[in-house]
Amino acid sequence: MKDISKSYDKQKSVIDQISLSIEEGEFFVLVGPSGSGKSTLLRMIAGLEEISGGVLKMNNQVVNHLPPKDRNLSMVFQNYALYPHLTVEQNILFGLHAKKVDKMEQQRRLQETVEMMGLTELLKRKPKELSGGQRQRVALARSVVSEAPICLMDEPLSNLDAKLRAHMRIEIRRLQKKLGLTMIYVTHDQVEAMTMGDRIMVLNDGKIQQIGEPITLYNQPANLFVASFIGSPKINLSKAKLIDQKLVLENGLQITMNKEDTLPLLSQPNLTMGIRAEHIFPGTAEQTSHTLEVVNVEQLGNETLLTFEVGKELWTAKWLGQWRIQVGDQVPVQLSSKNICFFNSESGALIRPAVAMKEQEVVGL
Amino acid sequence: MSEIAYQQEVQHSVDFLKEKKKQRLQHLFKGMLFLFPSILLFSVFLFYPLGKTIYLSFFLTDNRGEPTIFVGMENYLEIFKSPIFLQSLKSTLLFAIYTVPGSIIVSLFLAILANEKLRGIGVFRTVFSSSMGISVAAASVFWMFLFHPTIGWLNTIVKAFGFEPIGWLTDPNWALFSVSVSTIWMNVGFTFLILLGGLQSIDSYLYESADIDGAGYFYKLRRITIPMLSPTLFFVLTVTLINAFQTFGQVDMLTRGGPQNETNLIVYSIYQEAFMNYQYGTASAQAIILFVIILVLTIIQFKLGERKVHYQ
Repeated sequence: MKDISKSYDKQKSVIDQISLSIEEGEFFVLVGPSGSGKSTLLRMIAGLEEISGGVLKMNNQVVNHLPPKDRNLSMVFQNYALYPHLTVEQNILFGLHAKKVDKMEQQRRLQETVEMMGLTELLKRKPKELSGGQRQRVALARSVVSEAPICLMDEPLSNLDAKLRAHMRIEIRRLQKKLGLTMIYVTHDQVEAMTMGDRIMVLNDGKIQQIGEPITLYNQPANLFVASFIGSPKINLSKAKLIDQKLVLENGLQITMNKEDTLPLLSQPNLTMGIRAEHIFPGTAEQTSHTLEVVNVEQLGNETLLTFEVGKELWTAKWLGQWRIQVGDQVPVQLSSKNICFFNSESGALIRPAVAMKEQEVVGL
Repeated sequence: MSEIAYQQEVQHSVDFLKEKKKQRLQHLFKGMLFLFPSILLFSVFLFYPLGKTIYLSFFLTDNRGEPTIFVGMENYLEIFKSPIFLQSLKSTLLFAIYTVPGSIIVSLFLAILANEKLRGIGVFRTVFSSSMGISVAAASVFWMFLFHPTIGWLNTIVKAFGFEPIGWLTDPNWALFSVSVSTIWMNVGFTFLILLGGLQSIDSYLYESADIDGAGYFYKLRRITIPMLSPTLFFVLTVTLINAFQTFGQVDMLTRGGPQNETNLIVYSIYQEAFMNYQYGTASAQAIILFVIILVLTIIQFKLGERKVHYQ
């Protein structure tokens, strides 16, 4: 039913000719570093910012010219935009009151929403008497009570502490599924994007980098930007050259390649290789390809993060379990060409994703 | 062993107390040092005159202001019997009723207009706030020209509409109104600027959120702007009210209290009593009454206001 497609061409080019369509009932995440234009894009959809070029459609109808109230959507702001002089109840009902919804209907919706969000006890309080999480819930309730089919969220979790954020992530996701909302969610946090989105759009400098499901973005990043933006710890990158069936990294590290793996790479003079932290395996007696010096160790309990210096870059390896390793130790590791993604150094475009990802996933399960 | 330990503890706690006391004294001394300039200035220009005024209000004085005969509350009883003082109280009250809401409504209207993001709005903001930079004397002079019975613009306009010219400053029915109008004009610059500042500090997210909720312009004005502006409005209300009770300059320039004492506001009345009639005793008594009136009004305002005002 809902099919939004748009292409913008802003004069200042904050948003540069973006075209995409969002399905009904989808949790769509816009992610990008600050200043990438994701909030601007969201505000354009909401109608708070003018669209300088292109067409915005909802339900196959052009809505470019409509004011925000006629677009039939709700929005949650980063700072929640609660009215400080109104109680929680008045805050939630503000929109319905403005639209002159019937009193009985208002109360019915209020009761429903409040019970769903667990705010029954707080109705008579003012926003300043609420904790961050409670305010967040009121802001959500306000958008739920409007019963608009589209909900826009602009970094709603960025003001919460880490524990609460994890909790609210789940709650928002559940709410969206329960109500069948079409959600457009803006965040700069790639973890939020990965964990919540049905589909993710990575935005940088007002340009689409990649649109796809979280796992696709992780396994087959379209370019260097997506590769380094998605995933934590960051993907390990290094400039590399192909010499005699061997991949030679900047610092002289050599990785042996299969013949068929090198074929697509032969025509590329400048390569950048990327390998995920979990794919730098601890070397065993029979399978050790390299020995690297550890410059930092982070013990997380269930896993151990090791940092190596490779050329100009710092590489991180994520090993499951607890490893007793000291800074300065020479550690055997196993690097396999199967796990390496290759990018064109100049354009940043993906040449070949890591082929072994799929298998690894299955093994991992 | 334990006894020794105990003794040591006692020793320590005594030391701590002494140390704390010393620190507190030092704090007090430093605080006083910082306060000293303002205490000095306030004493010379505020506390001493206030005390002296109260003292004088119980005496009759000679024409140099020296107290001669102690009369107790006689001065107070006397002025409350005086029709001129009662008239000036009434005029002052009316004046406050005209100018306070007038100033606030006009400047709120202008501030809301000037808060729109339009091209060239800076010019209007400057124009609207410019009366703040004009002294009471200068403003009074050109209002005097506007009010002039034969060559004034106001009467030219009145005549153009075919009405009888009005004696703006000479007709007892119009004089207070005319002074009020010029006072509102003088107040607007300051109140406009404060209210505009208040409007601009309201978070734009609130309006955006209301836009999405589908609130109309006047609904937003009533439910968001006015409540969010209430602390500023309250401040402006207090200041203009106090100013209204202390008005002197424009009365002196425009009407000199006339006609028939219609515009003889209380401060002007005090001035006349003291420096024209040389009745320092009764003038002091009037000044004390003015002080009490303003004090009581401000207390009432704060008591009532605090319930209605939403501080962030």
